[in-house]
Amino acid sequence: MESKVLVLIIGMMLVTYLPRVLPLVVLSQVKIPPLVLSWLGYIPVAVLAALLAPELLLQENKLALSADNPALWAALPALLVAWRTKNLFYTVLVGMVAMVVFTHFLA
Amino acid sequence: MQAKIRQKEYQDKEKEIQNIEIERGSKEKETQPKQKETQSEHKETKSKRQEIIDGLKAAVPIIFGYFPIGMAFGVLAAQEGLTRWEVFFMSLLVFAGSAQFIAVGMLAAGVSVAAIVFTTFLVNARHILMSAALGPYFKGFSPKTLFLLGIGVTDEAFAVDMAEVKNRPRSADFFLALHFTAQFFWVFSTVIGAVVGNLVPDPQSFGLHFALPAMFIGLLLMQIKAQREVVLALLAGALSIGLVYLLPGKWNIILAAVLTATIGVILEKWKVKSSSSL
Repeated sequence: MESKVLVLIIGMMLVTYLPRVLPLVVLSQVKIPPLVLSWLGYIPVAVLAALLAPELLLQENKLALSADNPALWAALPALLVAWRTKNLFYTVLVGMVAMVVFTHFLA
Repeated sequence: MQAKIRQKEYQDKEKEIQNIEIERGSKEKETQPKQKETQSEHKETKSKRQEIIDGLKAAVPIIFGYFPIGMAFGVLAAQEGLTRWEVFFMSLLVFAGSAQFIAVGMLAAGVSVAAIVFTTFLVNARHILMSAALGPYFKGFSPKTLFLLGIGVTDEAFAVDMAEVKNRPRSADFFLALHFTAQFFWVFSTVIGAVVGNLVPDPQSFGLHFALPAMFIGLLLMQIKAQREVVLALLAGALSIGLVYLLPGKWNIILAAVLTATIGVILEKWKVKSSSSL
């Protein structure tokens, strides 16, 4: 293995695992005030939406709200399947197929 | 009104967690006759097995989602010149889908190791929030268990964990089985991708690059139970995109999440106040 890649992997491991492990260890030991608890309750929706929106609406860091952005179109059937089935596998599968179809269609 | 119900839900949840804690504590202190002890031990191992099986089952949709994403990563990494072993170790030791994609892209562009590691930190800083949100539900787990569980707090495992703890209390075995099954298949699928990497001329023609966004769609929809959450999701998405324009780097995700959760709490408080004054 190339030493640059090895150093990179170790560095990435530290900055990934520490932020995952430390809050879990600390916050499961202390009593958390209800206000903080309700703040944390909004985190799942907030983080996932913040991750998703740029994936669909940005192309090379620029807003791509036009009709020829295939990700926007492919998101629609994926959203529908996710909403109706709540099944991750079907959602990913339908999203990928829709992406192939729309990329082909819009090209 | 809704806010009040929500608050009550939280209080109930807190009580529930405390009850579990009490149960655990009393189990340790109990001094029972020997026969009874072995009986309860037997019962516990049985339920332990059930928890592990349930954890494996809960991992199945994640595995199916990981496969195309992991394959896509392996293919991309192989095309950018990473060996199969490098892909294996990165997936095993970093275990962070989107950060791995970004890192391989930056590596190919000749960016320094320090810059890639810092970007990884920013991209994965959202897991601080996720771990913090899970913490209250993992009370009473040993530090070693928490360490092992923490390693596997990916977006996907977190979303499934959160959906589960809202339904019923689970033992550590459930989460350990879920997290490590997911990790195993993540590593497996990326290595498969790296092996077949050079056989796939154009990964885009298989829609592989849309596997991750589609996964996020599924995970997000799993979390949405009320109208307010739809509003907050739209707000977080808008903030995340707006912040891309305002700030360089990858600060947008964590900042958008922090702002949205804060606004969510403010809206909740404000609604409770306005409905109680009526």
